Amino acid sequence: MEIVDPNRRGFVKSAAGSLGAALGASLISGFPAVISAQTVTNAIKVGLVGCGGRGTGAASQALHADDYAELTAVADITQSQVDNSLRTLKAISKIAPRVKVEDTKVFLGLDAYRKLIDSGVDVVLLATPPGFRPSHLAACIDANKNVFCEKPVSTDAPGIRAVLDTSEKARQKNLSLVAGFCWRYSGMIQDTFQQLLSGAIGKQVAYYATYYTNPVKPMPPASERPAGMSDTQWTLKNWYNFVAVCGDSLVEQAVHSVDKVAWAMGDQPPLSCVGVGGRTIPAEGGNIYDHFEVNYLYPNGVRAFVANRQIEGCYNENSDYILGSEGALTIGRGPAPRITGKTNWTWSGQKYDMYQREHDLLFASIRHQKPINDGKRMATSTLLAIMGRMAAYTGQEITWDMALNSQEKLFPDTIDWEGSFPMNPRAQPGVTKFV
Amino acid sequence: MIVLLLLFAAGQLPAKPAATELENVRKIRERILARQVSNKSMQPYAVTVPNTTVEYRMVPIPAGQFEMGGSKPDEQPQHQVTLDAFWMQTHEVTWDEYRLFMFAKQAGEVATKDETVDAVSRPTRPYVEMSFGMGLNGFPAISMTQHAANKYAQWLSAKTGEFYRLPTEAEWEYACRAGTSAAPAPLKEYAWYSANSEGKYQKVAVKKPNTWGLYDMLGNVMEWTLDAYAPYQSSAQTEPWVKATKPYPQSVRGGSWNDPAEQLHCASRVPSDASWKQQDPQLPKSIWYETDAQWLGFRLIRPAKVPSAEEMLKYWNSGVEHDEQ
Repeated sequence: MEIVDPNRRGFVKSAAGSLGAALGASLISGFPAVISAQTVTNAIKVGLVGCGGRGTGAASQALHADDYAELTAVADITQSQVDNSLRTLKAISKIAPRVKVEDTKVFLGLDAYRKLIDSGVDVVLLATPPGFRPSHLAACIDANKNVFCEKPVSTDAPGIRAVLDTSEKARQKNLSLVAGFCWRYSGMIQDTFQQLLSGAIGKQVAYYATYYTNPVKPMPPASERPAGMSDTQWTLKNWYNFVAVCGDSLVEQAVHSVDKVAWAMGDQPPLSCVGVGGRTIPAEGGNIYDHFEVNYLYPNGVRAFVANRQIEGCYNENSDYILGSEGALTIGRGPAPRITGKTNWTWSGQKYDMYQREHDLLFASIRHQKPINDGKRMATSTLLAIMGRMAAYTGQEITWDMALNSQEKLFPDTIDWEGSFPMNPRAQPGVTKFV
Repeated sequence: MIVLLLLFAAGQLPAKPAATELENVRKIRERILARQVSNKSMQPYAVTVPNTTVEYRMVPIPAGQFEMGGSKPDEQPQHQVTLDAFWMQTHEVTWDEYRLFMFAKQAGEVATKDETVDAVSRPTRPYVEMSFGMGLNGFPAISMTQHAANKYAQWLSAKTGEFYRLPTEAEWEYACRAGTSAAPAPLKEYAWYSANSEGKYQKVAVKKPNTWGLYDMLGNVMEWTLDAYAPYQSSAQTEPWVKATKPYPQSVRGGSWNDPAEQLHCASRVPSDASWKQQDPQLPKSIWYETDAQWLGFRLIRPAKVPSAEEMLKYWNSGVEHDEQ
């Protein structure tokens, strides 16, 4: 999976140093997007869509990943978000000179991403709330852009199918598509799963993952809504509380645990799942749950349990317990993953920043013309979480095929900025139908 | 290193204007002076954090002189230091204590509001469990910045009416040495370190205390001091404090569960580093959490003399809490 380039910075510098040679060399061919940039400066122009804390972090990592990467355009729905983001980035001395966003390349509004894509960027960082992701990703790949795509990648199955199609197009076009499922880029977890998948605990029997946390971005009181703010604007401002935009906590947050389950199962789909969930905290608006527990059934009777709660004042934990026929692997109970049983192993090694690693590999892949494509995996891991949500919401057993072919479209194709945003009532198991 | 996607409530709170901050520090000081009368003699005592059942203990550290420094390059030149008396917390600040500061609700501060306490800035709320699965009740709090430890000291001062702050490096080393130049032996009876910690921190005050009644000065978690990590001067000094002028490096002491025994000395110094928060996925990076420092904690001291409000303001505000990146 990895393109390891220990001498990454050296490579970039030498490429720049011999610009003339590089221009005519095979370095460029097959990379239409980068050619345009390299013919001038060897720069890789980066555009950021979604300027919140995570997007700003991703932009910083992009500029740290490649000495010739420049941030040239940003898109968001809020000017203040853009201002905060650019101010933060310009305060980082190492990258500040390469934060080159002219006023004409600050795009605001729901169609800002299209304008950004058309502004001459080579790489787009997608970091908006996940409901937008399928359409944003499709537009990027259509326009031959390399993409860093934050997790999760959709909130509904139609979006997942679109992302699968788009990912295949990216592959055909030799574009890089790196997903923000960051554990896949953690050396510690890579080493650990290598142990697991090579049989260190024998045959896997069960996987229990916990994601018990405090509430994330809870819905403010309705009285805090400014006069004249439209339904759509209020919804997007408080996006985490709306299933269509966020996917609910299992899909937006605990998807990191779900992704590790998928990894442990060799990225093969489960047969089916059942789940429970509900909401105990009153909220003035929004339609998400505050707890889930999903039981996935894999071939040969292997089970995976994912438990997720976002309620203050409760026991919190974020761990993975993987039980095998000849041992157990535990992640998150102490600083290093541990295996006990026929193998006794504790991870040790040099740590590095997995978020930075995502971008180091993305930009190296562009420079080396060895595209990375996390597309299928990011789609199926997200669907695995959506499937669990479907089971909890409906109270039904959901098969993988049902989930993959679900016709329930939560995120609308068109959004009225000044109007209302479609929203289902909070799901009620036994009453809410699978669609 | 385990990294639990440490996402915090987005955004930083706007900084309080200096005048308002000083005004509030003055109020805290009035509270301290009002209480001071009843606590004149230097005896060990216990404190229960008001409106909670959480307790910690203080032991007196006598005024005195000692030879500061050791054999390693950054511990030299050795030099004489003279210090006033203070009390020191017998154990590292635990999650039981620190979580009261993190979550106002748990400290009963939502029901009964105290404006002076309320005016102290508090950490952004983390979404995930911060002990990394190493345990909460009775275990040391970890992964906080020096700024967070300073604000904890201010908050606890407002709560209790006793003046608390981080120790200076000199105070920390003096307390660690506890009037003797001999290292505690055998070390395993006094400290948790890589050979006996089983890869995690342990409950505080389980091993033997030093001569002055302080537990875990060496090992378990490293401890923040007030000082910048800077070369020593050879001249004799009284009450030294090297105040930071930039975010890094500050001096951290005592070694941790993660370190080999060789690094557990009263004179050993560790410089803080930007990499201690490299895994914060958000920008700007939090001023409250060292996301990668699962071996970093602190304990507080209470000087026998109550300083001026202006001095308190300096102790509680490093002024360099924001990373330059």
